[in-house]
Formats: sequence, structure tokens, C-alpha cells
Amino acid sequence: MSDEKPDLVDVQIDGEWHQFPKGTRMIEACRQASVEVPHYCYHPKLTSPGNCRMCLVEMGMPPRPHPGEATPEADENGHLPISWMPRPVIACANTVAPNMGIRTNSELTEDCREGVMELLLANHPLDCPICDQAGECTLQEFSVEHGQGESHFREQKVKKPKNVDVGPRIRLDDERCIMCSRCVRFTDEIADDPVLGFTDRGSHTVLTVYPGKELANNYSLNTVDICPVGALTSNDFRFQMRVWFMKEVKTIDVNCATGSNITVYQREGQIYRITPRQNNDVNSDWMPDSHRLNFHWINGEDRLTDPMVKEGNSHRITSWQEALATTADKLAGIEGSEIAVIASASMTNEELLMVNRLVKHLNVGHVDTVPREGENDNYLVAADRNPNTNGVKLVLGLDNPGSQLDAIKKGIKEGRIKALLCLQENLVDDAGFDGETLDKLDFFLTAHPIANPTADFADVVLPGGCWAEKSGTMINVAGRLQRLNKVIDGPGQTLEPWEVVRDLIQVTGGGNGIYSALDIFKQLTEEISEFSGLTWGRIGDLGLPLIETGKTIPLLEREKERITQGLIVG
Amino acid sequence: MSQIKYIAGKEPHANETRVIFKNVDRESWDPSIETYLQDGGYDQQKKAFQMEPGEITAEVKTAGLRGRGGAGFPAGLKWSFLPPNNDKPVYLICNADESEPGTFKDRYIIHQDPHQLIEGMAISCFAVGANLAYIYIREEFPEGAQILETAIAEAHRKGFLGKDILGTGFELEIYVHRGAGAYICGEETGLIESLEGKRPYPRIKPPYFPAAMGLYLCPTIVNNVETLCHVKHIIGMGGENWSKTGTPNNTGTRILCVSGDVEKPGYFEVQVGKVTLGELINDMCGGLKAGRKLKAVIPGGSSAKVLRADETFKLGKDDDAKEISIWDIPMDFDTLAACGSMAGSGGVIIMDDSRSMSWVINNLNNFYAHESCGQCTPCREGSLWMKKITDRVVAGKAAPSDIDQLDAVARNIDGRTICAFGEAASWPTESFVAKFRDELIADTNPELEDAFVNAEALTAAANLK
Amino acid sequence: MALEVPSELEKEIDDRITHYPVSRRSAVLPVLHALQHHFGFISEDSVEWAAAKLELEPIKVLEVVTFYPGFRQSAPGKYHIRVCRTLSCAMAGSYELMDSICKKAEIDRSGVTHHDPIAVSNDGKFSIEFAECLASCGTGPVCLVEDDFHEAVTDVDALLSQYK
Repeated sequence: MSDEKPDLVDVQIDGEWHQFPKGTRMIEACRQASVEVPHYCYHPKLTSPGNCRMCLVEMGMPPRPHPGEATPEADENGHLPISWMPRPVIACANTVAPNMGIRTNSELTEDCREGVMELLLANHPLDCPICDQAGECTLQEFSVEHGQGESHFREQKVKKPKNVDVGPRIRLDDERCIMCSRCVRFTDEIADDPVLGFTDRGSHTVLTVYPGKELANNYSLNTVDICPVGALTSNDFRFQMRVWFMKEVKTIDVNCATGSNITVYQREGQIYRITPRQNNDVNSDWMPDSHRLNFHWINGEDRLTDPMVKEGNSHRITSWQEALATTADKLAGIEGSEIAVIASASMTNEELLMVNRLVKHLNVGHVDTVPREGENDNYLVAADRNPNTNGVKLVLGLDNPGSQLDAIKKGIKEGRIKALLCLQENLVDDAGFDGETLDKLDFFLTAHPIANPTADFADVVLPGGCWAEKSGTMINVAGRLQRLNKVIDGPGQTLEPWEVVRDLIQVTGGGNGIYSALDIFKQLTEEISEFSGLTWGRIGDLGLPLIETGKTIPLLEREKERITQGLIVG
Repeated sequence: MSQIKYIAGKEPHANETRVIFKNVDRESWDPSIETYLQDGGYDQQKKAFQMEPGEITAEVKTAGLRGRGGAGFPAGLKWSFLPPNNDKPVYLICNADESEPGTFKDRYIIHQDPHQLIEGMAISCFAVGANLAYIYIREEFPEGAQILETAIAEAHRKGFLGKDILGTGFELEIYVHRGAGAYICGEETGLIESLEGKRPYPRIKPPYFPAAMGLYLCPTIVNNVETLCHVKHIIGMGGENWSKTGTPNNTGTRILCVSGDVEKPGYFEVQVGKVTLGELINDMCGGLKAGRKLKAVIPGGSSAKVLRADETFKLGKDDDAKEISIWDIPMDFDTLAACGSMAGSGGVIIMDDSRSMSWVINNLNNFYAHESCGQCTPCREGSLWMKKITDRVVAGKAAPSDIDQLDAVARNIDGRTICAFGEAASWPTESFVAKFRDELIADTNPELEDAFVNAEALTAAANLK
Repeated sequence: MALEVPSELEKEIDDRITHYPVSRRSAVLPVLHALQHHFGFISEDSVEWAAAKLELEPIKVLEVVTFYPGFRQSAPGKYHIRVCRTLSCAMAGSYELMDSICKKAEIDRSGVTHHDPIAVSNDGKFSIEFAECLASCGTGPVCLVEDDFHEAVTDVDALLSQYK
């Protein structure tokens, strides 16, 4: 960080003087002063066309004296009087200047807002009762604050296309569109997939996807998030649940190492929607469609709900007590060197510390996790599709996760490894294990959220909660420590994975006095220097940098460049 | 393509001072470079290219040349907004998108005296350091575009364009760029977007002032055809001398285009401020049609606020204050502004007592609704709304309260849009409502008032179409 | 179906593109003008051909085509007429001119809408639409037939008989 202080300018907002760095947009200055300026087209991550005119405010500067006139005198604080301009200005694209005045609550400003609202609503359908955006529609919101409560529009509204399929995941209602162009700018500037555009002109302008093309890129649903009205809606979410019935939980995405910050919307234990949550050090305001839609299985049919033990060729539902007792029995006759533990890089740091404890307690000879590599999409999807590989390295102490898997397979085949504990992984589908190998084991335990093919071969099957059903921390691709927060309870007898590992330790004669994931985090701070002095509270909603990885997130790098160029606020 | 034949050329009126239009309708004149050269053509370019670029700008400033496109902004000042120490290319664009209703001057310059424009542009480009210039010409002048391209090729061959012009080392290419029928392209940033191959959505200012961030985000000067032609004459006469024509702060000559209800509509190049509206109508245009009385005048293109025939205008301050009638208004920038309207583009539309003001404003509202680019909310929604209201007024399907609503919509546009189209679209309505309110209301039906108060009636009214 | 652009036309277009050394995209209007001049209107194929030529996404070309009334998206008649509709010409009788041309050329404008402003005569010889101000307000009513400009048009027979 440089020690240079940015040039600060004095700006009066609604009568109060504040200081802002030179170059701050008026709308951001107001926001920093806790004065909300309503807007539709402005988005800090996109260029500013200034087209909606909702952010018009009254602006003033010190009077410029005519030749021969006295220069105005400054008051005791050095502030000059302000001469207010007769015409309003847009707050989104204009920057603050020394001794500038902004009025967001004046008669002129309010008149502008009322005027713009009335014009926006002139041709907008009044179908809020059947509009999926209701409850989070800024048009609805501002019309309450700045609307006139009655329509003066006596004309026929302009007819436009409705219920248009613009892509596999998105539907467009052109009559609701207010032509703010956020979606067009997003596809042009962020997603590099310019398939959206405006055709025709004037009041007849329509948002269109080019005939025969689709808005199908893996970031398409971000356009739904930034659409201020109900013009673009998600096929996945529309008509599923009114937004005001849902509870929001801030957490992180676990579909890759980026760890996009997200908000999960749930009602009565069911997840309905995931949206990106702004974090300028991780995912900006965006996230991939593939990640946000990967949640339906959580409330699906394949979930494990109870512990099971194998009897003959089938599994029988049982209690945790019996499942753990069976495990203890089986492990009793096996040496630590004959036991392998395969944990998961989708586990939290807290869970991984517990795995570490288990490994030490049983003196386990072979430990690994399952790597998941894919293509880095050059936006937000990291090549590493595990969310916490850095946690595996730091907490579980594996330098090269995945490097032991072949040795473990070989050990099982050769009979040197007799027991395998698989924690939150799917060895058959994701790690190349086959039934023949797994059948060689004297004892095989698996804990996982769903009844996957690996479970077929397990002597004990435990329901371990998924990412939405647990709390903890993870370290993303760039080395940032972030909090994963529990959204819902797991189904049936599901336990959080840290609890599963704790129970495994206890039932095999270990003890540790741990009662919560938070307790484990405390131990992390005591045992691993990188965590020293941290608390969950300090990590906060946005995380903090923990380790250097030398890796960056491509989309963020491009965004930084656009900020430097002054194209966007950021 | 057939040769354009204008209605028989006419002798300039005695009140005219022909500078720009010297060769328009001139006996034995044609648009070839040979004819132009025989008449001293390109002499001013030769002269200018011996000067320092800064000197040329200084002469234009001294002349006090105000832009002839509509806003009347001082051209020299506009040029001096180019950033100092600029290291980007500078572009010059000639705005030949002549499309302000009531205006038809550039048409004649382009068709009959194209080299005057090219010479004016070459001098201007030299002054501002532009090596690449475009003439943005409206699509509806297909022959004009061809004439200009021929003229550019001729000038190229004679060494007035191209590389190392007149041995100065200065290089200039001028290309003709045809629009496609959009009034908004007359707005300079809309024009620039159009020239960049995009929808001509005007840019927000700040930050996109063309002089700093214009074409390809480089410093760009956009001037009207007539303005650029004047540059040639300023060099010829010297700024000081040139400024002696016209009146103080309203210097030079300008072309007034008269249309509507006069005996002989047409174009007249006059010294700015030296001719009154009365002289223009009665002496130069042969007066109103027989038996008709003046009702209204739009003095500066359709966007200018309408003047009512029986209005009086207070000019000057305090002791110097005087009241004049519409007939006595000198046609200059400052007086027309003081009368609450503007000199605009020089298009003067005369309406006599046979005209329905509801019909007139509806015609203009149709124009603005059709031409609104649709980028920003007030203009996009408001221009069509105003058209729909006046459609109903003309059809006898409006209630008196609709006139208030019409005015309210206009005021919601005025001053709140990205570009000046907002004012262009709202000023006609604002001024017609202010000045002809009784007439507009007389065209409404008070019995419809009740029908608009409940929802069913509202739908029914909407379906009146 | 791909657009078949004669090599001469393509050469003309390539030449036009050289007028825009900074950005090929700037050549959208001239390319479209050339295509419309040749084919009579801008088809979807023309949009895609222009987009490929200028290395643009087709939506960026469609945005432009649909903005400008100067570009038609359906076939006009053999001779396309544009009658000025704006104030000065309207005062000089342009609506009456429109009516008499339609009557004479047997053009039915009853189906004309904002999105479909062009009406074609029964025999396909003429098509017609209103245009906004053609900038010859002193000589109204005026119209363009193809690229030919006609002022103070009073004699519709004389006007139409020039076009065989």
C-alpha cells in the first residue's frame, strides 16, 4: 500500500459537509454519506450510460464572479457559498469537485424523481401481482417512495414481445423492460458474449437476442440479478417462491476454488435460489450459472438420511450409536498402518483439523484427498474444482493432494491396507476406485450427503451434511480465508461432517472436548500460525487474505484494469 | 440518378448579403472545381496554409463566428477546447445531417458549391490539426453525397487534399459518410456514435465532450456545414473585417430559410440582426397569402419556441427597455433568445390564421416521437406520450385536462435528458400550450372529462386510438 | 442460405471500408447502404454478411439496421417513394400528396404500422412511406422516388409517369 493520501475534496450533501477522494462519483459520495440516490442503469461494475435519469440531483458550485464583482468569501471552515444550477445533473456519471453542493432532498430533485417514475411507468405493465420480481423490484420500490400514487396515462401502452426465450435459463418480458441496458452491458463488457441488443427505436425499442442465437453463456443468470425489474427472470426460480417468504444466508460457493460469495435463499429447510454476493476480492458481483444452479440435489431423492450398516448384500438403516459401535468393533483388530483415510477438499478447515486428529489418534498410515481438476474458464471458475485444497495443504498437511490415491488402491489390492475411511468423497465416481478393490477391504466406511455408488461397497454408511448444512472456513484459490455458513439443517439423522469425525475419534477411544465447529477454529488459531489471532467474527462476511498462493482470479484482474482506466467505479 | 433541378434560380433580394450563398443559383455556375478555381477558389486555403494554426483559430475567434447548426456556440471557442499537449489524433466532422424541420440551407451549399465546404474544412482541419475528416451527410441527400465525393476527388487531384498539401507537409483525407434517416445524428455525440457504427445514442457530457473524447474517444471537432464555409471567408476577409458584417455578438451573415404560409418561401442570406422578421416576411417573402393574417412563427427550426403574432416582447434592461412587436424582431441570436425563443438553425416557419395550432403541434409531436432515439427515459417515454395526447386532441377525443397533462409531460422532459433532443422535443409543446392554450382546449371535449376518472373509461379512452 | 454478393459489389464495399482506417465497425452504414442498394432491402442474410465482413456480432448490425428508417427489412416496390410528412411540407399538402399517389398507384396504406411503415402497390411497381423532414421546406410538398428528388409536387400523373 502506498502512503500517499488521495486528494480529498469537500462536498456538501443535503447541507452537511463531507470529504471524498477526488474523482469519486457523486452517487458513490452520497452512498458513503449514507444518502441513497435511486437509480436503475448505474452499476458500479459496468460503464455508465446515464440513461435512466433516476439519479438526477440538484448540484451547485461556488459562484463565478463576473469581472468587477467581489469574489465570494469563505466561511470559517473554508467553504464558499454554493450557487445552485437550474438544471439537475446525473449523480452516477459526474464526479465530485471541491466545494460542490449536492441536494438529494430538494424540490427539484424530488420533482425529477417523480417525473422519471411517472414516465417509466407510463408504458410499464401494472402486473406486479403476477410478476416474479415483485418484492425485489426497484421500480416497485421507488414508485412507493417517489411515485404519485395515480396514473395520468390515458393512452394505450406500447405492445412488445412477452415471454420470450432468450436462452436456456432466462425468459424475457419486453413490456417490463425499462431499457436500462445493464444486461446488454454485462454481456458486452463482462461476459464477452454480445448476443443481446436493442432493436427499433424510441418508445418502441425492444431488448432482443439475435434471432437464432441464445444468451447461453455460463454467466447468463447474472443478467437476471442486475435486471432492476421483472424483464429478465430465471427459468429455474420463477414462480417457485415469493421472495419475501424466504430467509437469506450469506455463505460461499463450493463448486470451485474461487469460493464465490453467495446468498442462499431458503424457506422451511428448502433452498430455492442462490445469487452472487458482492466481494470485490473474490467474485465481484458475479457467479457462474453452473455453480448457482447446483443445489437442487440438496433437497433431492438421493440424500442419505440415516446411518446404515451392511448386512449381506444390502444396507440396513440403523442408529448412529450402532453404526459407530460397528465401526469401533471392526477397527479394533486393524493396525493404524493398515488403515487409510481419504478425506475431501470440500471439507472446511475445521473438519480437516478433526480429520488430522483422527489420523493421529488412529496412527493412520495413509491419508489423502481427491483432487478435481478442470478448465479454468478465464472468468470465475477455477481449474481446481475443490473449494478448499489450500485448507487441505495447510491444515491436513498434505503437500500434494491426490498423490497417494494410487498407492492406497495398490495397498488395498495387495492386502496391506485393510480398512478405509472415506470422508465426504465419492471414490467410485471421482477417484477411480472400483468395486473389486473396495470389496477387498476388511472394513470400509463412507460418510457422504448422498447415496452414491461408493456407498454400495461400504460396511458402514454415514449421512454427512453437505455444504449448506454446515459452518466453518475455507481458503480459496487466492489464499483468502472465508466463512461457510450453515443455511439449513441436514435431512433425517444427518450430522455435520466435523461431528462425524469427532464421533469416530470418540468411539475409537479418543477424546477432545470439542462441542462446536467454533471450538475447532479456536484450536486452529492455537496450532497453525497462519490462523493465529483470528476469530470467525474477524473473518466476517467478506473473508480476509490468509496465505500467498500467487494465483489470481482472471475476471477480477480485468475489472481492476477497467477501474484504472476510469471506465467503471468498481 | 436524375440531375437535381431546383426551382428556377432567383436573384438575391436587395436585403441579402451573399457570402456563403454567393454561388447558389448563380448564372453559369456549376459545382466543378474548374468553375470554383476560376472564381478564386482555394485561394483562402493557400493563404491559411501559410499561417500558424493558432492564428487561424484566433481569426475565427476575432470574427465571433457562432455555430450555425442550432446552438449558436462560438466556433473559435469550441476549437480552443481541444486539450493542450494532446498526443492523440484529432478529427474534424462536418455535420451535414441537416434535419431540423424548417431548415434547408446546407442542401444548396452541398449541391451547388461543394468546394466551398471542402475548402472551409481543409482550413479548419489545418487549424485544429486534423488529418482525417468526415462529412456526415444525411441519407436523404443521395446526390449531395455523390457531388461531394466527386468534389473531394477533384480537390485531391489538384493537391488541395491528400499528402503534403501545398508543400506544407500537411496531410488530410476527407471522406463522405452517409447517415440513414435519423434526426438524432444531428446531435454531435449521437453523430459520433453513428460514425463509430453504433446506434446513435448521444453520450453523456461530462465526460464525453467531443473536443476531449469524441470520435474513437479522441479529440474531435464537429461543425455545421454553414459554419465551416464561413471559416473560408473569415480567412479571406480577416476576422476583424468579417466581424463588421452583422451586429455585435451576432456577427457575419447567416442563411434564413423561410417556409410555410408566405407568398414566396425561400432562403435568404442576411447579415445577422440586420433584418427584422417583418422585413423577412413582407419584403423578402412577398408577405402572407392574400387575405390571411399572421398567427404564429417558429423562428429557428421546429425546436424553437413558437412566437405568437400578437405578442409583444420586452427587450433591454431598465432605462433602455423597449417593447417591440413580432414584426420588429431582428433575426439574431441574442434578440430571439431574449424573446423566449432561439435563432437555432435559421429555419423560419410561418403560420397564418388558417392553421389549427392543435394540428401544428401534433405534426411536430409526431416528428419528435418518431425521432426520439429511445435511450433515456424522459424523452423515450415522453415524446410518444405527447404525440398520443395531441393525436387525441386533433381527433376530438381529448378532455381539457389533457392539455395540462401535455404540458406536464413536456416539463418532465425539458432539462432532464442526456442530450438537447429533450429540449427540442419539449419546447414546441411547452410553447404551444403556453401561447395557444385556449385554442388547444377549444379542440378538446369537456364531456370526456368524466370518462377519464374511472378505470373502465380509461381503457375505453385508450381504445379510442 | 448464404448471401451471394457479386464480386464487384464486394470490391466496392471493401473500398468503402478503407475510409475508416481506425475502426472497421464504422463502415456499418456504408456496407448496409451498398447491400440495400443492390438487394433492395436488408435481409437477415445481409445482416449476417455485413457482420462477418466487419467482424462484428450480428446483433450489433441488427441494432443499427432497425434503428434507421433508411434501412428497409422487407422488399419495397420497383420504385420506392418517400413523401415528406413534417410540418412545412404538411402545410404545403404532403398528406394530400400521399393520398393522391396512393390512389393513382393503387397502394393501400391501411395496414401501415410503426413496425411496418411501407405499403406496396398491387402491381409491385411502387412502394411508399412517409419520411420525416427532407430538408427542402421552402419547396413543399417534396418527395424522393428512389434517389430522385422532386419538389413542389402537384402533378402526380407527371411524377409517376417518369417511372416505367
